[in-house]
Amino acid sequence: MGCGRVGTELATLLDREGQEVTILDIDPDAFDQLPTDFKGKRVVGNGIDQDVLRRIGLEEVDAFVAVTPGDNRNVMASQIAKHIFGVPKVVCRIFDPIREELYHNLGLETISPTREVAQLLKKALEREPGGED
Amino acid sequence: MYIIIVGGGKVGYYLAKQLVEDGNEVLVIEKDAAKCQEIADELGDIVLRGDGCEGITLESAGTGRADLFIAVTGDDEDNLVACQVAKNKFSVRRTVALINNPKNEAVFKSLGIDTAISSTALILANIEQELPSHPLIPLLTIKGGGLEIVEAKVPSYSAMVGKRVGELLLPQQCLITVIIDEEGVPRIPNSDTVVRAGDEVVAVCRCESEDALRAVLTTPAEETNER
Repeated sequence: MGCGRVGTELATLLDREGQEVTILDIDPDAFDQLPTDFKGKRVVGNGIDQDVLRRIGLEEVDAFVAVTPGDNRNVMASQIAKHIFGVPKVVCRIFDPIREELYHNLGLETISPTREVAQLLKKALEREPGGED
Repeated sequence: MYIIIVGGGKVGYYLAKQLVEDGNEVLVIEKDAAKCQEIADELGDIVLRGDGCEGITLESAGTGRADLFIAVTGDDEDNLVACQVAKNKFSVRRTVALINNPKNEAVFKSLGIDTAISSTALILANIEQELPSHPLIPLLTIKGGGLEIVEAKVPSYSAMVGKRVGELLLPQQCLITVIIDEEGVPRIPNSDTVVRAGDEVVAVCRCESEDALRAVLTTPAEETNER
């Protein structure tokens, strides 16, 4: 759910690996970023609408990933996928580290790029100049 | 009572106004500076500018001591998250969320929101009586005769309710053959059988008088009295 930079990149990786991928976005123009050889399904729709999720067959999927720019949309869609449709693997991106911690504690599998990138940057700064090659 | 309202739009504003008039301590959390200013001008110093889903904002709003937390922004996902943060991070006892998509009602309840109110569902509940939700169901068309057997449920507002079958002004060549009550018990009525709300009525009528029969079934009581 979410065909931005990360969604496009992930969908392409999984598609090339031979997985069956469906990518969902509310904006039909968002799919322009996908490579022309992308074999997965493109669906225009709102990922926090149960009817849309049912239509794309969420009851049968093995995994659901929410990477729209909106933390709250991701949280809501992920909770619907996990608790209403019983998707076995759900991963939710949450930029806000505080909300990420909360929903992690509530049992969602979450990733906060803000926290991850800050840590990567800190590590990079701590390395000696020219120490990495 | 200390009540926090997330969302300073029309709903949030009038809700805050009423709750303040009733003597409650109220705080409105709103992102938009202009809306914050409007509320402050009208209702005084009861508004905090910020994102009602952010832990830091809710911390400075004193959410921990709130008796009631109400989220009434225009976006369902924001109302859900605001209430979940209030409930799980600040242990607010009672959370209320406004929802736009009536199908989210069950989702919100199962995700721990105490009360989810759908304005769409409320409006529907009020107009449902006027919607043609009690159509005649054609059961069988009798070949060659232009007759059909139809079934319909008697709505509670119908002028038929409480009347005897003999009193009903049915269309010509129309006969009520079976009445099935709400418990599912079928009876063959005579002219003294009283029609009750919720009865399923099975009738034989001419195909062309279907509309007239529908009108008899669904005309509200008041309207008939005026005629």
